[in-house]
Amino acid sequence: MSTSPRLLVEPGRVVLSGCWTLAEMLPQLPALEAELVACAGHNEWDLSAISRLDSAAAVLLWRTWGARWPVGLVADDLHRQVLERVADLPLEIAEQARPRRRFPEMVGALLLKAVGNLRGMIALFGQLLLDVAYLVRHPQDVPWKEFTANVYKAGAQALAVTALVGFLIGVTISYLSALQLKSFGADLFIVNILGISIIRELGPVLVAVLVAGRSGSAMTAQIGVMRVTEEIDVLSTMGISRTIRVVLPKIFGLTVAMPLLVLWTSAVALFGGMLAALLQLDLSFAYFVDNLPRAVPVANLVIGLSKGVVFGFVIAIVACHFGLHVKPNTESLSASTTSAVVTAITTVILFDAIFAVFTRNIGVP
Amino acid sequence: MKPSPVIELNGVGVSFGGKAVHHDLSLRVEEGQIVGLLGGSGSGKTTLLREILGLLQPDAGTVRLFGIDLNEPDVDRQRNLRRRLGMLFQQGALFSALSVFDNIAFPLRELRCLDADWIRRLVHLKLAMVGLEPAHGKLMPAELSGGMVKRVALARALALEPELLLLDEPTAGLDPDRSQNFVELVGSLQRELGLTVVMVTHDLNTLAGLATHVAVLADQRIIAFGPKAEVMTVDHPFVTGFFGADRRKLL
Ligand SMILES: Nc1ncnc2c1ncn2[C@@H]1O[C@H](COP(=O)(O)OP(=O)(O)OP(=O)(O)O)[C@@H](O)[C@H]1O
Ligand SMILES: [Mg+2]
Repeated sequence: MSTSPRLLVEPGRVVLSGCWTLAEMLPQLPALEAELVACAGHNEWDLSAISRLDSAAAVLLWRTWGARWPVGLVADDLHRQVLERVADLPLEIAEQARPRRRFPEMVGALLLKAVGNLRGMIALFGQLLLDVAYLVRHPQDVPWKEFTANVYKAGAQALAVTALVGFLIGVTISYLSALQLKSFGADLFIVNILGISIIRELGPVLVAVLVAGRSGSAMTAQIGVMRVTEEIDVLSTMGISRTIRVVLPKIFGLTVAMPLLVLWTSAVALFGGMLAALLQLDLSFAYFVDNLPRAVPVANLVIGLSKGVVFGFVIAIVACHFGLHVKPNTESLSASTTSAVVTAITTVILFDAIFAVFTRNIGVP
Repeated sequence: MKPSPVIELNGVGVSFGGKAVHHDLSLRVEEGQIVGLLGGSGSGKTTLLREILGLLQPDAGTVRLFGIDLNEPDVDRQRNLRRRLGMLFQQGALFSALSVFDNIAFPLRELRCLDADWIRRLVHLKLAMVGLEPAHGKLMPAELSGGMVKRVALARALALEPELLLLDEPTAGLDPDRSQNFVELVGSLQRELGLTVVMVTHDLNTLAGLATHVAVLADQRIIAFGPKAEVMTVDHPFVTGFFGADRRKLL
């Protein structure tokens, strides 16, 4: 029984009829608005033939009348009520102004944020030390279950993907180096190149990038959602420390899992390199394995594994810091997860450079 | 002309993991009715609303809204159908990344026909309707109290003043004053616009003040549906338990 809204201009007055609701107006909105604007000067309005009037239509009429009651208005009480509700609104509704930022302000804000994050991470590190001190005195509170679960999630479940990536990188590097070495007749140096680059540098960094994307983002998202749904607060009300139960197992879990992953990935990458060397340069596995210890001093392995420990710790602490600072909305959750991964990878590369500077005289034959 | 039913459920059945929640459930809501949906906790009221919205596909039976089957493949008709209904979710379900103002403006902006001033006036109108101040528009959902979340969600459900309004516990968490305001608000909207409303509620005052009809959900089906006075006389443990001593108050 709904009929489209209609507007009739009779001499001296405007007669509206039909169903003045948003749904009915939509198909012919531009035409209606134009007609109303044309009638804006009239003072006599007859709304008695309207069957329905919703607030969207009331706002439209009120705007047409220039926010004043027309002198001659005929309308049902019901419809007058709707119009009155619109009329009662404050005249000028302030627009929600969004402050515009200038370039220097943006740079400053970014810097302040970075400093804030750094402070947050240092505070988290301090809290971690306090928690460890507490756990040493109360060994029964050590969250073993959460710790092992994290080692399993971040370590064991990442074995397949790290192996695949490591293998492919090993093959690629070996293949490309072999092409160059062949042209110099220095085939045998492939062992040195692969050994040093993978064990000392590529293995740890590769795993760190993969783990930051895989486990780092998961940690931030998990802690973040726990904040959004107030689960973190529930833990506090139960007297359970959120850092001991949630953050600490994650950080130590990843710190333990990372060097193991580095060892595993480096081994698989070396295997890939050996395979490519066999196919490309006819270098036998036995020769490769025999010469590896001679070409690569064991110090390199120690450096690689310590990088693993440090990177794991850094990734986890960055991820947890961002997770704990998620604001309770979806936008902040996604922004924090992105920041966590980006910051973790950047920090890892930074630490890698620091490692390179301080170990420049160690392990190079 | 007989008005077409707004909601028509026929032999609907739903089960979760082998446990039946609804079995052979039928319901027919006519235009202009305000139906109070009653049922014990966990009896499947929210599930029923989700079926009506098409968020949950029943295992058996059909759901028709305004005479249109929800399985209709035509995307345009489906979208137009969705615009004719509004839903208030039990937990509010506000967009957490948008401010209160933007939450209410969202469905209006989606029409892509209204200008900014029009939308602003409408949003402030809706805020006033649910008893919130213009200043509350700037707040984010996380900064609201539980009852305010409910009211903002109601304002959002009302933004388009849809023909069919589904409300899941609209007055839970509101103080009696606000509940009374809500009853008056929905009542007057119903008179002005002829809305059809289905609301889940455990609040007898809301039911008494607003509902024209009552549907009782128990034993996985609608065991009683009809005008308030009729349903109260039904002899079923849930009905007698629910209304119990308060029967008089409802009349
Ligand atoms: N997604 C789901 N998966 C499995 N079971 C579900 C799901 N949704 C609901 N249920 C089950 O269906 C039943 C009905 O749930 P529903 O949320 O509809 O109850 P309700 O009547 O709204 O209760 P309340 O008054 O407490 O809100 C419950 O037993 C619930 O466990
Ligand atoms: Mg429910």
